[in-house]
Amino acid sequence: MTRTPQNRLFGRIDGDIAGILILAALLVIVLPLGLDIFRLNMVGKYLTYAFVALGLVLCWGSAGILSLGQGIFFGIGGYCMAMFLKLEASSPEATKIQSTPGIPDFMDWNQLKALPWFWEPFHSLTFATVAVVAVPALLAFIVGLAMFKRRVGGVYFAIITQAFAAILTILIVGQQGYTGGINGITDLRTLKGWDIRTDEAKLVLYFVNAALLIGCILLCLYVRRSKLGRILVALRDKEDRVRFSGYDVANFKIFVFCFAAALSAVGGAMFTLQVGFMSPSFVGIVPSIEMVIYCAVGGRLSLLGAVYGTLLVNWAKTMLSESFPELWLFAMGALFIGVVMVFPNGLAGLYQQFIAPRLGRLLPRTASGAGTPIIPPHTAAD
Amino acid sequence: MANSTDYLLAVEGLTVSFDGFKAVNDLSFYVDSNEIHVIIGPNGAGKTTVLDLICGRTRASGGSIKFRNRELTAMKEHQIVKAGVGRKFQNPSIYDDLTVFENLEISYPRGRSVFGALAFKRDAAVRERVAEIAEMIFLADHLDQRAEYLSHGQKQWLEIGMLLIQDPELLMLDEPVAGMSVNERRKTAELLNKIIQNRSVLVIEHDMKFVEDIAHRVTVLHQGKILSEGSMERVKTDPKVIEVYLGH
Repeated sequence: MTRTPQNRLFGRIDGDIAGILILAALLVIVLPLGLDIFRLNMVGKYLTYAFVALGLVLCWGSAGILSLGQGIFFGIGGYCMAMFLKLEASSPEATKIQSTPGIPDFMDWNQLKALPWFWEPFHSLTFATVAVVAVPALLAFIVGLAMFKRRVGGVYFAIITQAFAAILTILIVGQQGYTGGINGITDLRTLKGWDIRTDEAKLVLYFVNAALLIGCILLCLYVRRSKLGRILVALRDKEDRVRFSGYDVANFKIFVFCFAAALSAVGGAMFTLQVGFMSPSFVGIVPSIEMVIYCAVGGRLSLLGAVYGTLLVNWAKTMLSESFPELWLFAMGALFIGVVMVFPNGLAGLYQQFIAPRLGRLLPRTASGAGTPIIPPHTAAD
Repeated sequence: MANSTDYLLAVEGLTVSFDGFKAVNDLSFYVDSNEIHVIIGPNGAGKTTVLDLICGRTRASGGSIKFRNRELTAMKEHQIVKAGVGRKFQNPSIYDDLTVFENLEISYPRGRSVFGALAFKRDAAVRERVAEIAEMIFLADHLDQRAEYLSHGQKQWLEIGMLLIQDPELLMLDEPVAGMSVNERRKTAELLNKIIQNRSVLVIEHDMKFVEDIAHRVTVLHQGKILSEGSMERVKTDPKVIEVYLGH
């Protein structure tokens, strides 16, 4: 009797790890062999959104906290990386035609005479890398502390995160001397002297991105497997019961919100590196909601589902925008309605409902722990 | 020590008002160690509110609640739990998406901080304690089952088990046998008699037969005030109680 939970755990590990290995093979072997560098770079860009979707699986799927402002953290992560790259691209030699050489071009255009103080530390790659994760996590901590300690949740929380996304966009656009404004931070060239615009660099960055994504999936898996992961599910169902079992519920919500923010920020930084710029159009309300849709289509309860959902929606977006640009928004709307009405657990739900049972018949042992409840026969009575 | 008492729980002058309506009005009662204290009263008498006040779910407008001479009214919910007060809700409040084992494990009093929960290991001590409690609440064969699929009575037992694993000194139960079959009710009384060893229990219940079976002392609430208090025998024959229960 005491051994059964263990067995169940092993059953699940088999299933999840197998799924991660298949994804890793797809990302690291199949796609690089099958796609040219232009398309591969595009997949790399899509995958940066998968980091956000992973965060949402934990925050929204597990803990039931819907954030409509994940673009904030994606954007800040991206901006932190872009600030470092921009400073490297703005050496005095490269910018000697400016009235103030040595500062980023957009600052010069806005009549700034010196580098603002908060840009100074971004000369250091170490600082920038730490800031990519630390700044969004700190912001999430402050927002979380203010909201969750006061027991603001549900729709109210979602709306407030949306408001923050709008505020940050307005701030970035408005302060163009410090942020690059609506154009964002563009014309990024090298990372420690290594040109990131070449095909070779794009290939390397693609693999770095894929490896980071797999690492983050494993990290999320660890969190979900821990007791903390089960507490998140518990507080989604019965917050009061968790509170009256001796837990300070707000702390757990703050943790998962910060964790999701940090993941999104890693994605944002990788976006900047692969695409070569960062702009407020990845920060605001619309991109934030699109990111929620990626997660919903893939399945908000499934880490791997969210990754596939992100890839699929973005691929569809690119295909449709290339051939019928005006149709995309309608397709996106239809997709969201479809997910909510027809398959609330997304692709992962469809997989578990229709494919996993058939796989289970083919491979009797491995696919057992896919998530469908197994009811022992004797419990039906009583 | 003027303010100190020998009682485990001392409620004195407790008042709470919602927009001027006094749901609980200047209420005082005491619970001894190892006592089963039952609160009865008609609907709207404020019984559940009293439990809400003790466990910190509702903030008191006035008065004091002392548990082992520690003032509870200023403490947060999770601190009150850690001080040794456990609370069962009226409707079975369990985690549907988790298994019976996981439900009990979450209530195991270790790793209650964020990082404690991350580092929590399901070791032999945890498994043994969960097995022991599961045996006690008649769910030993259901440990791997999702709690959603339990019957109503089994859900009530599971929540009682989740409290037992916390090992609280004061256990508060809100209508533990409501909606149960006769058979389940009998087993619940048996369970309650087993678990009251070394702890005090504060119960809200409507079922008079059940109250008679378990109560050491009964408090009758009516419109937020105490109408009568004492043994079940005394309360039953109190003309004021008879009037409230039968007169309207």
